[in-house]
Amino acid sequence: MDWLQTKAGRYTLGVASHLALLLAWYLFVRLGDVPKFVMPSPGDTLASLFVSDYGWWDNTLVTATEIFGGYALALVVGVLLALLFTWSKSLEAFTLPLLVTLNMIPKVALGPLFIVWFKYGVFPNAMMAFSIAVFPILLTTARGLRETEPDLLDLVKSLRGSRWQLFTKVQLPGALPYVFSGMKVAAILAVAGAIVGEFLGSDSGLGYLMLQVQVTLDTPAMFMAVILITLLGMLLYGLVLLLEHLLVVKDARVS
Amino acid sequence: MTAAATTAATITTNPDRPPLGARGTESFIHLDGVTKVYRSRGAEHLAISDASFDVMPGELVSLVGPSGCGKSTLLKILAGLHPHDKGTVRIGSASHAFDPARDIGMVFQAPLLLKWRRVLENVLLPAELLGLPMAAARERARGLLELVGLQGCEAKYPYELSGGMQQRAAIARALVHDPKLVLMDEPFGALDALTREKMNLELLRIWKQSGKTILFVTHGISEAVFLGSRVIVLTAGPARIADNFEIDLPHPRTLDIKTHEQFGVYTRRIYKLLGME
Repeated sequence: MDWLQTKAGRYTLGVASHLALLLAWYLFVRLGDVPKFVMPSPGDTLASLFVSDYGWWDNTLVTATEIFGGYALALVVGVLLALLFTWSKSLEAFTLPLLVTLNMIPKVALGPLFIVWFKYGVFPNAMMAFSIAVFPILLTTARGLRETEPDLLDLVKSLRGSRWQLFTKVQLPGALPYVFSGMKVAAILAVAGAIVGEFLGSDSGLGYLMLQVQVTLDTPAMFMAVILITLLGMLLYGLVLLLEHLLVVKDARVS
Repeated sequence: MTAAATTAATITTNPDRPPLGARGTESFIHLDGVTKVYRSRGAEHLAISDASFDVMPGELVSLVGPSGCGKSTLLKILAGLHPHDKGTVRIGSASHAFDPARDIGMVFQAPLLLKWRRVLENVLLPAELLGLPMAAARERARGLLELVGLQGCEAKYPYELSGGMQQRAAIARALVHDPKLVLMDEPFGALDALTREKMNLELLRIWKQSGKTILFVTHGISEAVFLGSRVIVLTAGPARIADNFEIDLPHPRTLDIKTHEQFGVYTRRIYKLLGME
């Protein structure tokens, strides 16, 4: 079975495992005679998309805005703060322990506060995604910026290279693989943050829709909402992987 | 500082050391009584005491000694990376001007190539840092890659090269800004024995063709003798120069010179100094 070890073979196996899960789901519901309100079949789940007054498209757009908006802000703020904080050794010693402490705050617990500060809606939910995604990006970027080989610093210093040259030519490109490893963790967290935000207080979005259909016990629609949220997460994660593929040399990637 | 001064003063002058100025004012590097003390948690550690030697322009000088003998520290002082506490360091002479900002090339034990740059761009790093005209530097970098035997590898990434090839690229990088002095800190220490012998031959060829002054730090005794036109032996605890002598073996040197009787005389002399005989 050498073919399975090739790139195409591994790709096929990945698709096959997804199809196998769908099939197992279908057979379980069908053969086990499971009631629809406990677990709908894949067909029932798909059919719920056609209940037009659920506003699938609009709600998906709202959740996507929260996830991508919060994530983009976390990326910009996280990387910029890491650059700022690691610029000097003392600034780094001053700020990094504080960041570790702040990272310990369960960001979900800030939800009620965000509602007090920003009211309901897309903005506080995006802030929730932001607050949970910003720390892994900040901390891994800061770590990457600190990981420069001492001999490499000597090489730059022996040529009287400036702090700015060291930063742009050595430190920043060297930190890029670390930035991406933080971005991958943050992508998963940002989705969770946005949905929790919607659970806590909102008037639109897939999380909001889930709470609405829960009341009427429309389980197929709840399944559909979870699938759409997962797809949004996969889209974000896929974009990060694509960007990493374009920007980071194979050997330098951190898994 | 007082402790260091006392220790330095108690060390007797090496009788083999040529009298000051004997090698003339034409020497390219002149060290006289250089002392370096490291201080950590109140304790003072003498990294180098009373180091004095001269290096002539175009010489390849081996600095050999055990770990902790201060040979890497000496290189860092010469590179202007560490200040020294006592003594005189002069690089350059009337006939061989030296600009500390751009006349030093460095090679370390690890190749330290930037993973995200192709080989040619890696070689160009010093030229970028110094703001040299890039078109000319690019031309020169290509020539140097050919000199170190890496023609055809310009567009490869470091991970596509073997350890020996990466170190060749690092040597090309150390030469790209045409420095007068190349400092090498155990550059072949991480390579396997066969690759190392091959790189030794290559280095001699590169040295001859480029005409650079090279200081080569190693803990390999046979490597030190094989490469050096002169060998400086350092001993540890406290770090001091134990011997400094010329290697009178013909050039171009090939590996069979290692079976030469005189080669054995030189290596035994070093083993004895390092207390291994």
